[in-house]
Amino acid sequence: MSDFAVAPARRGVRFSPGWLIAIVVTALLVAPLAAPDSFRWALSYPTAWVVPVSDWLRAFLYWLVRDLSFGLFTFKDMTRFVASLFAAALQVPKSIFSTGVTFGEDGFHIPRLSWAGIVCAMGIWGYMLGGARLAALGALGFGYIALFGQWDSAMVTLSQVVLAVAFGVFSGLMLGIWAFRSPRLQPAVVATLDFMQTVPTFAYLVPLIFLVGVGPVSGLMATILYAMPPMVRVTMMALKAVPPELDELGRMTGCTTRQALWKVLVPSARDDLLIGVNQVIMLTLNMIIIAAMVGAGGLGFDVLNALRQPNGLGKGLEAGMAVVALAIVLDRMSRAVVELRPVHGHAAVVRRRYVWAGLAALLGFTLLSFAIPELEVLPRDWRVSTGSMWSEVVSFVNTHLFTAAEAFRTFILLNLLLPVKKALIGMPWPALIALVGAGAWRLGGWRFALGMMALIAFIPVAGLWERGMTTIYLCGISAILAILIGVPLGVLGSRSDRLHKILGTLCDTLQTMPAFVYLLPVVMLFRIGDVSAMVAIVLYSLVPAIRFTDHGLRRVPPSLTEAGTMAGCTPMQRLLKVELPYALPEIMLGVNQVIMMALSMLVVSSFVGTNDLGKQIQVAISQADPGKGLSAGLAIAFLGILTDRMIGRWVAARKAQMGLV
Amino acid sequence: MAAASQAATVAPPVAAKTLAPAERPVALTCRNLWKVYGDGAAAFMQANETPSPEDIRQARLFAAVRDVTLEVGRGEIFIIMGLSGSGKSTLVRCMSRLVEPTAGGVFFEHKSLLRMTDEELIQLRRHKMGMVFQNFALLPHRTVLGNVAFPLEVQGMGKAEREARALKVIELVGLGDKSGHYPRELSGGQQQRVGIARSLAVEPDLWFLDEPFSALDPLIRHEMQNEFLRLQRLLSKTIVFITHDFDEAIRLGDRVAIMKDGAVIQVGTPEQLVISPASDYVSAFTKHVSRAKVLRVGSIAVPAREGEHLGGAVSASAGVAEVAALSVDSTAPLAVVDEAGTLVGKLERAAVIEVLVSGARA
Ligand SMILES: Nc1ncnc2c1ncn2[C@@H]1O[C@H](COP(=O)(O)OP(=O)(O)OP(=O)(O)O)[C@@H](O)[C@H]1O
Ligand SMILES: [Mg+2]
Repeated sequence: MSDFAVAPARRGVRFSPGWLIAIVVTALLVAPLAAPDSFRWALSYPTAWVVPVSDWLRAFLYWLVRDLSFGLFTFKDMTRFVASLFAAALQVPKSIFSTGVTFGEDGFHIPRLSWAGIVCAMGIWGYMLGGARLAALGALGFGYIALFGQWDSAMVTLSQVVLAVAFGVFSGLMLGIWAFRSPRLQPAVVATLDFMQTVPTFAYLVPLIFLVGVGPVSGLMATILYAMPPMVRVTMMALKAVPPELDELGRMTGCTTRQALWKVLVPSARDDLLIGVNQVIMLTLNMIIIAAMVGAGGLGFDVLNALRQPNGLGKGLEAGMAVVALAIVLDRMSRAVVELRPVHGHAAVVRRRYVWAGLAALLGFTLLSFAIPELEVLPRDWRVSTGSMWSEVVSFVNTHLFTAAEAFRTFILLNLLLPVKKALIGMPWPALIALVGAGAWRLGGWRFALGMMALIAFIPVAGLWERGMTTIYLCGISAILAILIGVPLGVLGSRSDRLHKILGTLCDTLQTMPAFVYLLPVVMLFRIGDVSAMVAIVLYSLVPAIRFTDHGLRRVPPSLTEAGTMAGCTPMQRLLKVELPYALPEIMLGVNQVIMMALSMLVVSSFVGTNDLGKQIQVAISQADPGKGLSAGLAIAFLGILTDRMIGRWVAARKAQMGLV
Repeated sequence: MAAASQAATVAPPVAAKTLAPAERPVALTCRNLWKVYGDGAAAFMQANETPSPEDIRQARLFAAVRDVTLEVGRGEIFIIMGLSGSGKSTLVRCMSRLVEPTAGGVFFEHKSLLRMTDEELIQLRRHKMGMVFQNFALLPHRTVLGNVAFPLEVQGMGKAEREARALKVIELVGLGDKSGHYPRELSGGQQQRVGIARSLAVEPDLWFLDEPFSALDPLIRHEMQNEFLRLQRLLSKTIVFITHDFDEAIRLGDRVAIMKDGAVIQVGTPEQLVISPASDYVSAFTKHVSRAKVLRVGSIAVPAREGEHLGGAVSASAGVAEVAALSVDSTAPLAVVDEAGTLVGKLERAAVIEVLVSGARA
């Protein structure tokens, strides 16, 4: 593959581009460090050269809000109108789950759904969907939330989830169908989706709070924007995956376009579409928790609050557990719905009975709570609080594990984090651009290199050098650690089926938990600081490293491993010389995912330390400065696109080389 | 194949060997039909009336159907055979315009299919055409009843009426007790019965079957073939049936078209294909077939001399295998008579034995 071989230097006078580039990069790196006085401009990006991207973005948004007008109404009227629609829509699930409806002051009150009813219904429906295990999970999950005094917050969160999921699924489905039907638009749609998924969650929040104001509505809108793209993608893929014969059947029976869509394609794609719904639910929950930062309230607020208070960790853990309970129940239940197969005859009757029984429990208890108010709001003295227990745990950890944790923390900080951070920030900025350019040139030639260099140049040019480099350092180290831990685990998982199962459950659980939850135990052990942030990022981004390695190794064709064995390889040799090279492209896709997740975790982890781009977004949110927030968001997105494209190129080239395409 | 060079609407003379049998009125006609894949295929076909395979390759195009001209008679079972990739499915899909032909014409009951508007086409497919698919193409979220009633539902028929009609067809294919089942609860053979019932529910005149039985194991396939013959005796549809199994073609077909690289290279009764294959490609298909099953008495009979002593009479249209025992037992040659009972020739014992032996050798 010519892309990979560094072009050999020709004997004689002329240098090939490879050598030239190597020399330029080295010169850019070494010269400023050797003679700092004459290369001051290269060591710290001159302020005069900074392009005020933040100011431009801010000015643009102000223009949108102040001056843009469509004749009859202004842009601001429009956003306000949309926001009020959402606010009105949110009233519906909120009344049902969280507040009930009260007419007039102290007037007639229709209670919200009774906690007892929901717990029972979850048990009954859980049993229908997945037998005793799912029944126990559903009832215990919601039981925990009720008994431990998390109900009010959880229902605020749940009502937001319900609305966001409804919107996200509907609009995702419609957009997906639209894109499916207009093949020419598909590349553009896919590119937009890619971009939307690399922009960190928070970047959505910043302009939204600016346009809509702080409160649940901007959180909700950001959540929908964040959770919808997978639904669009899944819809497009699901419709494409419908067997062509079914499509022909539709046309052969004389379906109109609409009939073919709603009677043939969409129902046939049901399973895949429901997987999309499951994803929307999980992403929604993840984001809704984060949206607490802009006043969405609910469980996220409790967690956030705990993180802000010095002694609130116990309460925070309690709320965190409620988030986990909600997440796991919603995930397993919605997945069980995907598995549900249509049945007929007796089985169908039984199934219908369960549905009705659940509904009856729900409505029965709620009606009863007209008479027995305890069924609507669990009285305080019935509640159990583990807050004190968690506080115990925290203080236990502090007294017994403190020295060990502290030693670990200092060690990592002094020997790994700080030196790398210093080196990266102190690096001459032209050298970074040249390095990226050199790598990109080897992977994809001049044009590709120019594009990639433009992306990385955004960081110094927008005046984000220090925060940007802190980001690269933190994400880089965390990603490397996640890979060093995850890949060996994946290898082990691919060797033994039992381990594979255990790891599968671990990954499932890790992935179900909203990012926020990772912070709690980490802070408990390592307090605020870079180490905490790093550990949280490693935990959060570990999953793809395990999954892709395991999967990639399991897909190695048996003929290949047998050939290795027959050639007399020891198992270790076989792994290193036959299987890993074959699975490498797949593993690299996992690495790519790890980096993406690390980037998306940034803003969340900036709660517990670090002065990176995530922090800038967070500050921008609290100061309502959309320019700052957006420019930092763009910088993170560019980093994401950069790694994604570079690794993508590498994988494609490597696959082509191995004849796998 | 004779190259015809006129507009698609004018009927050119169809080469005699692809004509529908004289006793049947024509139901479906394909005239110089082409389906060419690749960039700029339409423009290329406009510029070149009948391009050679060489031309097409040089234009980086691919002809899945090549200059096909044929007629299918009303009530006929017309079989299309060929190796995988020879263009059978594409040809049938051109006939129903599921695939848009690149050049040529398709006529159903003398109306040009390619001139129809979308609306006319929808009406035609709703009421006149049915199709059975190789992999059944059942809707997984509907019961047997729901699947069979589906085409009627699409037409806008009321629930009670369509379900009553669907139930009748379900009975017809012998699945009366399974109407509440979902496709995944049925065996392959049962699933294909549902597919057949569904395509029959609208009482189509023209029935397409694309390798309907090839996903089934041999025993079930045989059973389904019998079922198919029984239905056809009841319903007498015009049928275009794809298969790659010559035994199936012999059992079911009135005439068989053999396709190679998109072109139809021979059309004829199974017997004609065995006796006078147009090329080695055709004989390769018929090679493994027991000739005794295919050949009719009439085709190996020789003229009888005046006043010759002959044994018992057999029909000219009987299969050789059917009369073998009779012929071998008889001391004199058998008399061969046509449907009206007139003597048309005699059947020599030696000729019968030769057919039997060559069949055994294959
Ligand atoms: N949309 C398409 N684009 C390009 N080539 C196609 C397309 N559809 C079919 N072909 C090609 O046309 C040829 C004929 O395909 P067709 O499906 O008609 O074959 P077939 O005779 O039905 O084969 P089989 O017995 O495997 O079903 C094949 O070589 C196929 O690759
Ligand atoms: Mg086919």
